[in-house]
Amino acid sequence: MLRQSSPVAAPPVSVGGARRGLNFYDIVAAALILAWLLAFADSSRHMAAPLAVENQPISLSPWALPLDALRSTMRMLAAMVASLVFTFVFASLAAKSRRAETILVPMLDILQSVPVLGFISVTVTAFMALAPGHALGAELAAIFAIFTSQAWNMAFSFYQSLKTIPEDLKEASRSLRFSAWMRFWRLEVPFAAPALIWNMMMSMSGGWFFVVACEAISVGSTNLQLPGIGSYIAAAVAQRDLTAILWAIGMMLVVILAYDQLLFRPLVAWSYRFRFGEEDESAPPRPWMLDVLSRSTLVDIVTAPVIRFFDASLRRSRLAPDRSVGQPDPDYRTPLGDRIWNAGLAAVGLAGAVYFAFYVHRVFPTGEIGQAFLLGLPTLARVLVLIAVASLIWVPVGIYVGLRPNLAAAVQPVAQMLAAFPANLVFPVAVSAIVALNLNADVWLSPLMVLGTQWYILFNVIAGAAAIPRELKDASGNLRLKGWLWWRTFALPSVFPYYLTGAITASGGSWNAAIVAEWVSWGDKHLAAHGIGAYIAEATQEGAMDRVLLGIVVMIVYVIALNRLLWRPLYALAERKYRIN
Amino acid sequence: MPGEQVLAVRGAKKSFRRPSGDPLVVLESVDLTLREGELVGLLGRSGSGKSTLLRLIAGLSKPNGGSVEYLGKTVEGPPPGIAMVFQSFALFPWLTVLDNVEVGLEAMGVAPAEMRSRALRAIDMIGLDGYESAFPRELSGGMRQRVGFARAVVTHPNILLMDEPFSALDVLTAETLRTDFLDLWSEGQLPIKAVILVTHNIEEAVQMCDRILLFASNPGRIMLELKIDLPHPRNRQDPAFRALVERIYVAMTARPAAAGAPSRAERFAGSGISTLLPRLSTNLISGMAEAVAQPPYNGRADLPEIAKHLQLEIDELFPVAETLQMLRFAEVEGGDIRLTDAGKRFAESEITGKKRLFAQHLLAYLPIAAHIRRVLDERPNHDAPRSRFSDELEDHMSPEAAETTLRTVINWGRFAEIFAYDDDEQRFTLENPS
Repeated sequence: MLRQSSPVAAPPVSVGGARRGLNFYDIVAAALILAWLLAFADSSRHMAAPLAVENQPISLSPWALPLDALRSTMRMLAAMVASLVFTFVFASLAAKSRRAETILVPMLDILQSVPVLGFISVTVTAFMALAPGHALGAELAAIFAIFTSQAWNMAFSFYQSLKTIPEDLKEASRSLRFSAWMRFWRLEVPFAAPALIWNMMMSMSGGWFFVVACEAISVGSTNLQLPGIGSYIAAAVAQRDLTAILWAIGMMLVVILAYDQLLFRPLVAWSYRFRFGEEDESAPPRPWMLDVLSRSTLVDIVTAPVIRFFDASLRRSRLAPDRSVGQPDPDYRTPLGDRIWNAGLAAVGLAGAVYFAFYVHRVFPTGEIGQAFLLGLPTLARVLVLIAVASLIWVPVGIYVGLRPNLAAAVQPVAQMLAAFPANLVFPVAVSAIVALNLNADVWLSPLMVLGTQWYILFNVIAGAAAIPRELKDASGNLRLKGWLWWRTFALPSVFPYYLTGAITASGGSWNAAIVAEWVSWGDKHLAAHGIGAYIAEATQEGAMDRVLLGIVVMIVYVIALNRLLWRPLYALAERKYRIN
Repeated sequence: MPGEQVLAVRGAKKSFRRPSGDPLVVLESVDLTLREGELVGLLGRSGSGKSTLLRLIAGLSKPNGGSVEYLGKTVEGPPPGIAMVFQSFALFPWLTVLDNVEVGLEAMGVAPAEMRSRALRAIDMIGLDGYESAFPRELSGGMRQRVGFARAVVTHPNILLMDEPFSALDVLTAETLRTDFLDLWSEGQLPIKAVILVTHNIEEAVQMCDRILLFASNPGRIMLELKIDLPHPRNRQDPAFRALVERIYVAMTARPAAAGAPSRAERFAGSGISTLLPRLSTNLISGMAEAVAQPPYNGRADLPEIAKHLQLEIDELFPVAETLQMLRFAEVEGGDIRLTDAGKRFAESEITGKKRLFAQHLLAYLPIAAHIRRVLDERPNHDAPRSRFSDELEDHMSPEAAETTLRTVINWGRFAEIFAYDDDEQRFTLENPS
């Protein structure tokens, strides 16, 4: 019943493949991305003259909220469109050009590890310089930040789908002489659709957090304040207005509910028609919104011309024949071309690395770098401890719920909505309490990091427990497995791959959340925990681009190390040993 | 009856590059001509290159030597007028039956109205009326393959290529589809000029084809061409039909001439560790030995007969028979299988006796098994990583074949209890968990 959860449970970081450790291409990709970030930061620094963005005072009246929420939603949707275009172009390139693949895939891997909120600090001034004096630049900066939170896992999902299209379908479409355009829309996109739509929906869930976080941000003397629910809450925090914060939380709940009912469920259910492979006896979910849409003649009237036009484009596309037809088999490649390509990559990578190294050498004393790395440790400890604590709580709960179909059907949507709810809206409530009770910031700010991300563990475990085959459940009952034996041999191994998907998502989200959770304010009172998140946040506030950049790089290093040393081996183990098929 | 020549394959060769660099020949210099009105069968076991040849003709893959000419022009990519039916149906699961049939016409740029009427006519002819709006997942295998036929036929191809089109279906459904197809074909209702059928089912080939090309493996090549003049509809019990089937079995079990060194390596042990092993469970091996040992065969069986009895297709039958032969439990020749004395003892033993005999023969006649055991014996800790052996195998065969071979050795070695293997640690040892 519970397959509203992922059709293809895969975590949003690349954990697939046998690749471990760093190879040549990883290093080139890393150098390129560092150089690129640096170029952004550099231009930001030079243009850091205060820009006169019109900051209307934000009204804290609850009546202003619906319009604010609508604006935030629009930003999110704009970023989604951009992400989709990026996904189609980037992933197609990576999947179809063997050479491009060597560098694009590691780049994506590293981009996924870049903290989004650090990203915005680096890019915002550059974007605002695009349209000085207008809100447009600020809008673009915000949309770009949201884009960076959505695009990478979508691109990965699409890339992986393209790589796993069954050989017979590829042969059939070649034998039927599909043009490249037709193959894209009749074979590749439909085949990738279930996983892509699931990832889009997950991206949007995660995106609310960043919409809220990046609407109101100060980089040095540049104040970015875009009308929206995030700015509303920032204004409420500045004025210590707890009532307004509660209003905003309420509004956000309404928005998430609408998103869930009007977009998430209908789209995921619709994507079932594209599912490939094993037959499913159980009926797919039928959300009411999908019924409304599919039965409405109005929708037909509107979409019919679009579909006609689209079909005509497919027919006409035969004039542009598919170039891949009849290519020699890839095992007769020219090693010379490869060598030139690799040499080119090495040169570009080296140039990027040198550029970055010179910059680091010029700007930072070694002590500063060491200190930043040390600050990563408390954040790492927080992430690990909190994921462990959240796991101890939510794995048993998830298994309990998932094994009871009726309960699961009721709890699962709530868990998914909680995962979408931007936890940073709740921060002020917690912070006001910490301030009032004068608690230790290092300890009590920490839980904020998993406040929003723990739900990924819960709903993935529920999905895993619900997916345990009936006969395995019967067998464990028949063998009278009890107590720890039941957990050890039946329940925990059965949900392990799903749990891991949730834990990896939660871990990635927590690193991002550290930037807003380790450094918070309540009115004019600031609280900071020791950690790399606070380091980045503080540097952003001061407009110290160099230190922002250093903080980001340190965080990337930690995230990648954690992925490669912990999550990837665990995921490989889960794939090999605990996958129930 | 045969008319104009539509297809000519001349000296077509196909090989892949092995990791070691030297080529792995999968198809060795094949000639084939196809004329209008002909239904030609490519018959052979998997790995004999028949599907490879079909893909060369379809323009889905390029030959490394020789040429494929369709209507006098060299095939460079999938040419218009050659359509294909797939073993796995290869339908687009997100398109309805009608859309699936139309999609080939859409790719040709046919106008919507004409596309619709042609698709409906094809659906009608193939017997899919009433299923137009169904999705493939709602259909049975037989109905799905009908969609596959309709999709291929609707484009009015000159040549229809069929890649084991009935082998994914159950026996009864396959028979229905075959006769339906033959009826349409012999009545000239299909808008097709010639057909090539790839199959590993001997009776199917004799039932359907005007001409059969029998393929041998390692490297893939044509070893026999057989004309079939029996009138349609053909009766499987007809002595002439049976004689043809028997003749093909005899040809397939003939000892290769001394010249064919690589094929000797495949069929016989003692030629180093380069022997490719099929994925084959010990249950099938001992099951076959037992079946041959029992009445009515009493140690000697006609292969077509026992294939029918055990419901095995040649793709399953020959690997089992040849494994028994490799382990000196049986002799396979002249279309017969005959158990050796050891084979009879093996068939009659209880499980522990079976395991002991199997272990003895494995160590004596399967070099890779003996090799693993020797390495483990020589090492002080009696322990070796899997990669040690997979690397060695990959020097002799493709990585996939090495993987299959090693898995089979592990499986057989476990049954024989000549070594233990821990998949978590990817290590061979001599210790079974006690």
